[in-house]
Amino acid sequence: MRYLSFSLPLLILNFFPSASYAFEKNEAFLQDTILFVSPYKEDNELCFKCHAEKKYEYMNETSGKQVKAAMHPGDILSRDKFYASNHKGFSCTDCHSSQFQSFPHPEELKKEPHFNCLDCHGGDAASAVFKFEEIDREFRKSVHFRLEEQGFNCWECHDPHSYRLSFRNSKDMKETVLYDNSICLGCHADYDRFKQFSDRGKIKLSKAHKWLPHQSIHFESVRCIECHTKVNENILVPHYVMPEEAAVRDCRKCHTGNADTMTSLLTIKPTDKGNRKFDNTVIINGLNIIGANRNKYLDNIILIFFAGIMTIIGVHILFRVIRK
Amino acid sequence: MYLYPLWIRLWHFVNAILIMILIITGAAMQFADADHPLLTAGFAGSARLHDVAAIILTISYIAFVAGNIVTGNSKYYRISKKNLFSGTGKQLKYFLYGMFRKEKQPFPVTMDNKFNPLEKVSYNLIMYIIMPLLILSGIIMLFQDLKVIIVFGTGLFIFTDILHIILGFLVSVFLIIHVYCCTIGPKPGSLFRGLISGYQESEEQ
Repeated sequence: MRYLSFSLPLLILNFFPSASYAFEKNEAFLQDTILFVSPYKEDNELCFKCHAEKKYEYMNETSGKQVKAAMHPGDILSRDKFYASNHKGFSCTDCHSSQFQSFPHPEELKKEPHFNCLDCHGGDAASAVFKFEEIDREFRKSVHFRLEEQGFNCWECHDPHSYRLSFRNSKDMKETVLYDNSICLGCHADYDRFKQFSDRGKIKLSKAHKWLPHQSIHFESVRCIECHTKVNENILVPHYVMPEEAAVRDCRKCHTGNADTMTSLLTIKPTDKGNRKFDNTVIINGLNIIGANRNKYLDNIILIFFAGIMTIIGVHILFRVIRK
Repeated sequence: MYLYPLWIRLWHFVNAILIMILIITGAAMQFADADHPLLTAGFAGSARLHDVAAIILTISYIAFVAGNIVTGNSKYYRISKKNLFSGTGKQLKYFLYGMFRKEKQPFPVTMDNKFNPLEKVSYNLIMYIIMPLLILSGIIMLFQDLKVIIVFGTGLFIFTDILHIILGFLVSVFLIIHVYCCTIGPKPGSLFRGLISGYQESEEQ
């Protein structure tokens, strides 16, 4: 009894690791964001002064007039998001022409060619783990590549002014899911942006996913790409977005004890704290998936118990027949 | 002897159907396996059916508890401390070997004593401990996005999920034993007929 009173609370607490994980993670993230001071802060501020505002104002030295205008929505940036992004250590003029430092900006700069991801990350040893070349090959197979002529490129999903790696750095899966899904919803739930690239009519996502039980829980817990991309084990995040009709509709792809059939959620490496004899490590990262979080011992106990009961009943029936 | 009033029979019938649906759909979800599609086909349908049946079962459970209080039916479930161990022991012995020696039922069914001590203990366990926990853990899983639930984190879902599986399994074991015990009447089908008509045949026949 003493052993039970000691071990039972420990056993129960064993199921609640996520709160402390989330706290540690948020703490680390906040510290990182708060402590980071860009060496180009002052230079960048010259840009943010206008580009972080809905309206801008400057003195046109040629005409001698004060210019007031509304910033184009596509050119509005967020300081906070930039300094929390992967590119936070860059100066604006690392990627953009230094001629942008003059006002008004020279007209020809509007045609300034933009870098794409491969321009910097292709062949880059520091980014080798992400395999950008393989990502590019996968992207070229995806439905999104068909929109390239309409101007669709990496930036539509991975805005270089705000994109941050969340998946590998996060232990709070729900936050990661929210962040990653917001990238998809940026177009697919915003028809004004969506129609810039597609002639398709407005799609109501809740209606398109009507077949999916517990829709809101899925949307909060699963990334869109888990069902809408083809898994490529060579890269960390699949980029081959499949046509709508090829999306995963078989619940058993995820709700199964067989980890091999699960999609890219399982490419996350389990943590040391994660070994609880469950079939799939995904639950340790903050998700609970019915049918996937099987405990082998529990399954075996249930099976043995069930077989025992049926045997007892069988023997009882036999005696009833014999002693009739 | 008229043992089972109409409301009990109706509740019992609805409850039996719902429990069977819940066990089948629950097992289909828990043991889903892409390698054995025939065993677990229609996961999405199972999930929906499980939800609907669970909600009806919860309402039915509340009706059962309320009915027991209002009609006084709860008196049949009361067990004295004296009978808790000795009575259940006697009944168990009867099932294990007494009935094969043609011994008499230690606790024959009467109008005032519908259930033997073993039935009383198992019914109380199922209806007043296992069922409320099963419903509560089911509610937590059904309403995962409620703020009062989400605050406990994923650990709560993993814990309740496992608890729900264990309790669901216990209910399925109870169902098998319960159905089998119903064949131990004057004739194998007589107790089942009683569940339809409300009348139970005398065990002295």
